[in-house]
Amino acid sequence: MRLEYFQLIDRVTDLNLADRTIRTENTVPSASTVFEGHFPGYPLMPGVLLAETMAQTSGWLVVALNKYDRMPFLAALKDAKFRTFVVPGMVLVVEAKLEHDGSGYAVTNAKITSSGKPICDATITLRVMPFPNDEIRQHMREQARRLGVPSVEPANG
Amino acid sequence: MSSTFDTIANIIAETCDIPRDSITPESHAINDLGIDSLDFLDIAFAIDKAFGIKLPLEQWTQEVNDGKATTDQYFVLKNLAARIDELVAAKGA
Repeated sequence: MRLEYFQLIDRVTDLNLADRTIRTENTVPSASTVFEGHFPGYPLMPGVLLAETMAQTSGWLVVALNKYDRMPFLAALKDAKFRTFVVPGMVLVVEAKLEHDGSGYAVTNAKITSSGKPICDATITLRVMPFPNDEIRQHMREQARRLGVPSVEPANG
Repeated sequence: MSSTFDTIANIIAETCDIPRDSITPESHAINDLGIDSLDFLDIAFAIDKAFGIKLPLEQWTQEVNDGKATTDQYFVLKNLAARIDELVAAKGA
C-alpha cells in the first residue's frame, strides 16, 4: 500500500464475475509520512484510508464487470464500522460483493479482515461513468496488470 | 396493497427525511422536494429493489440533456410512478 499516493491495493487475489465478488490483499507499510501525524509515537492507519481501501476494491470489481468501459467514483459510504485499530505491517484482506448494479451507479458490501478478524465493513455507493479521458482509461488498464487483475477482455479492444 | 406512488413517497420520506404528508403525486422530486442527485441514487436503489427493476437514470438524464424530454416527465412523482409501472409491466411481459 502506498498511502501517500492513495494506491491502496497491492494485488487482486480473486475476481469472480459470475458471483460478482472480488478479494484483494494489502500490506500496511511499516513506515509512511501518514503515520508521522496519525499519530506521533502511536501509528494507526486512518479510518478514511480503510474506507478508501474498501472503495478501491469495490471499484476494481465494477471496472472488471464493465470490461474497462466505465469508471467508478466513490459517492457514498453507509453503515461504516471501524472495529479494530490497524497498525503498520498488518495484512488486510478486503472482500467486496456487488449488491446492486444500477443505471449509472453500483452498490457494494465490503469488509476488511486481518488474520480472520473483522477490521471494518461498509456499504458503498459508486457512481459509474464513462472514463473522463483515454489517459485515465489506459492508466487503469496498466494498474490492473500491476495488481494482477484476472484477465477481462476490455471493451473496444 | 399500496400504490406505486405510495411506495415511492414512503421511500422518499424515509431516505430524505421529508415529511410524508408533504409529498404528493404532483411533487417534483428536484424542484419541489429539493432532492439532489446523490440522494436520488439512494431513492433509485430503493425503488430498484422494491420493484425488481432498473430505473434507466442514465437514459433519462441523456434525454433531458438533449432536450428530448423534460424533467417533469420523469421526476414529477405521478409520472415517475407511471414510468415504474411501465418497467414492471415490461419485466413481466
